[in-house]
Amino acid sequence: MKPANFEYFRATSIDHACELLSAHADDAKILAGGQSLIAAMNYRLARPQVLIDISNIDNPSQITDETDGVRIKATTTQAIAEHDPVVRERLPMLVDALEHIAHFQIRNKGTVGGSIVNADPASELPAMSLLLDAEYEIQSKSNRHVMAAEDFFITYMTTALQSDEVLVSILFKEPPKNCGWALHEVARRAGDYALVGSAAIIALDDGGKCVHVRVVLFGVASTPVRAKAVEELLVGQVCSDELFEEAAKRVSEVVDAESDVHVTDEYRGNVAEVLTVRSLVDALNRAQTAS
Amino acid sequence: MVDKQKIHLTVNGTAYDREIEPRTLLSDFIRHHLDLTGTHVGCEHGICGSCTILMDGLPVRSCLTFALQAEGKAIETIESLDKNGELSPLQNAFWENQGLQCGFCTPGILMSMKAFLEDNPKPARDEIREALSGNLCRCTGYHDIVDSVVAAAEAALSSGTAKA
Repeated sequence: MKPANFEYFRATSIDHACELLSAHADDAKILAGGQSLIAAMNYRLARPQVLIDISNIDNPSQITDETDGVRIKATTTQAIAEHDPVVRERLPMLVDALEHIAHFQIRNKGTVGGSIVNADPASELPAMSLLLDAEYEIQSKSNRHVMAAEDFFITYMTTALQSDEVLVSILFKEPPKNCGWALHEVARRAGDYALVGSAAIIALDDGGKCVHVRVVLFGVASTPVRAKAVEELLVGQVCSDELFEEAAKRVSEVVDAESDVHVTDEYRGNVAEVLTVRSLVDALNRAQTAS
Repeated sequence: MVDKQKIHLTVNGTAYDREIEPRTLLSDFIRHHLDLTGTHVGCEHGICGSCTILMDGLPVRSCLTFALQAEGKAIETIESLDKNGELSPLQNAFWENQGLQCGFCTPGILMSMKAFLEDNPKPARDEIREALSGNLCRCTGYHDIVDSVVAAAEAALSSGTAKA
């Protein structure tokens, strides 16, 4: 099908986009890479009256090396982030996640911020935001504030972003040095959204005890979820496969998926547990090699 | 009724100025407004890859791009590959290795592989398969397509140029 008609505005800056949004807030959508929005519009699942295009705004210093992490402007394409030397050096787990997004043709246009604001619960970048304690810089015509990723995702495709607000940049925090990480997904085809995804980070102290751990699942609930009950069992412990298997049983506390055309809820729960064990085992291996 | 908007862009080296409805997809703009029907439209939601074109040198889905987003950009389509009817080395490799049957998906595959081989002139077969995963072919089973890409890479290397 073809999209319904709309009014089109090409924003020249984020400030300009905020002004346009404040004038059209109730009817307008921001268009960035459009790799989800235009597909939804082609199906007429989305029929915005007004599109404000931020895909061509002048965007110097898209990626900045900051003390506690890497800041990526929201309009940075996924491909630019994926190949950026600073991202590859400091956030290799983010590169791994980016490579899982669809195909390279999609990543050439899809943006880091667009994927986050779209908030598909099975997508990678919202999950990586929880894994890396990300902070979102948000702007409207009259206001600018920072929100933790943890507070951002409300339910399916729904975020705390107000109708007159734009996501400007994302600060992905660098986890402790010498940490290990892993990301595992089950999808029906290469490039598809994950039916279930799991990511983990583990950092060890000199005695081999776990001092920092993050476990995040995606595709298993209405938002990406941090499995804090799993993490709690691991902090301060010397990790082992047996401990991981015991801890991973606790993913059932956050798995809240309904059966769909692809798989049953029971399948999702089982796979979430298995992938969590795999992520933890691989993250531990990487952490032991690194330290 | 939404007003038409002006667009200026370059397609295969030729500059065009047109007035279009904002909802015009780049794929439809290329096919219906410029009559360049080599770019094919399959699924119209970014999955099949038939409509892949190059925008400022990067392969993107023209069905997931509004034409207005291509303002000022340089677009390359399948029609840019041959030179006066002489196939490019990439096209020739597909011809020689039967890298197509019905040919519907071929324009998208060639544009994807043109960019892929420029980035990665000596790809392993696994890398080629991964790179092809964003283009669906319902005829061939992909074996001959992979062979074609291997042959194109070898031809480009042996002729001393990475240009596909």
